[in-house]
Amino acid sequence: MATLGDLERTVMDLLWAAPEALTANELRDAIAEAPSGEVGRELAVTTVLTVLSRLEKKGLVERERDSRPHRYRSVTSREDHTAELMHEVLVTAPDREAVLARFIGSVSEAEAETLRKLLGGS
Amino acid sequence: MFWASYLLAALAIILAWPAPIALSRASWPARAPFTAMVLWQSIALAGGLSMIGAMLVWGLQPLGDNLVSASAGFFNILIDDESAQTLGVIHVFAISAATLLFGHLVFTLVLTFVRIRRQRRRHRDMLNLLSSPAADQPATLVISHPAPVAYCLPGGARSVTVMSDGLMGLLSRAELDAVLLHESAHLHQRHHLLLWAFAAWRSALPWLPTSQLAQRAVSELIEMLADDEALRTVDEPTLVRAIAIVGSGALPSSPSPRDALEDPLGEEGRLGSGTGSTAVTGGTADAQSTAHRLRRLLTPLPPLSRIQQAAALSAAGLLLVVPPVLLVAPELLG
Repeated sequence: MATLGDLERTVMDLLWAAPEALTANELRDAIAEAPSGEVGRELAVTTVLTVLSRLEKKGLVERERDSRPHRYRSVTSREDHTAELMHEVLVTAPDREAVLARFIGSVSEAEAETLRKLLGGS
Repeated sequence: MFWASYLLAALAIILAWPAPIALSRASWPARAPFTAMVLWQSIALAGGLSMIGAMLVWGLQPLGDNLVSASAGFFNILIDDESAQTLGVIHVFAISAATLLFGHLVFTLVLTFVRIRRQRRRHRDMLNLLSSPAADQPATLVISHPAPVAYCLPGGARSVTVMSDGLMGLLSRAELDAVLLHESAHLHQRHHLLLWAFAAWRSALPWLPTSQLAQRAVSELIEMLADDEALRTVDEPTLVRAIAIVGSGALPSSPSPRDALEDPLGEEGRLGSGTGSTAVTGGTADAQSTAHRLRRLLTPLPPLSRIQQAAALSAAGLLLVVPPVLLVAPELLG
């Protein structure tokens, strides 16, 4: 049974891969044809629309309102989202340490140099 | 009751200033991180308790010989059975300050918890879209990014460790295991709860420089604890190498990771995220903590003797016992 999270993921994958904006109907058909077993099933268009509006609220998807039916596209590429998320991880914010624990905190240039020497010597 | 409030105030001052400074400058915590962690917790807890207790006991002093009868007297004033004449303005002020401080600490703790949880949920949402499960590791996600990054995101049953494929490309299997063991130690030992408490302590008392000191010391200690846990399974050179590779972000005599490091910078520039702080140019506090971690692994010192550890732990226990005892002592002494 696919959860809403799985569906969001599938829809985003399709939108990221699509060269142009898609309608909810096109997305439903694509999901049905998708080889990914969990989600690959017949969905009601309303379900797809629910998922799309959730993604829109999260600022991941935008809607072209001048066409009928509405067409949906991703706001930015997967790579940009990843870069943004990793930036969140790498940046030094007061609360960040409490949110997630990084293997290595930020390292100064001098420190990085010492580490490189250490590696060279070992 | 007067003397109890003065003793509590003295204790509060010691725990707010000289004690944390001394502990943060001591070198023994690297030899007994767990003991040091317990001591930090009891300093914070006893410090808060004696701060509130000192004001409360002092303010209630005109109402009775001991805390119980004084509190009963105060309750009678609150429900209007007795006139508030016995309390001077200054006493009311002390009682209000104690109540406000207590409320402020609890409120900040809750607020920090909610904020951290919201950020984690948002982060997990994005991870769900952007990462994929690691092939042979449970509760581990792989995200496609060239920078060597590893971190854990606590969240009860949904706790995950995340690593970038850039990291996987740089590390050998054994080094990768060291990183994953380190991260899962954070999760198993519930380090995020400690970080939460001390982050809240810091944002509740930003005017107290030692609250920042405490937070930094605690986050350094949990790294040492996680390192120790990883060392039970992997050998020390492997862990050191993993730390050094991730920390420097580049392998010697291999140009490709260097390119990989420059790529995310370019992407960040394109996104225009503004803050401009990256893995290489980050804060000095973090850098210091990495240095301490490495020094500790490279030139290991013998762990603290049992007697010394017992002494530190007894001190921690004593700190937790003293403020409550001082609160009820006037009553016990009659």
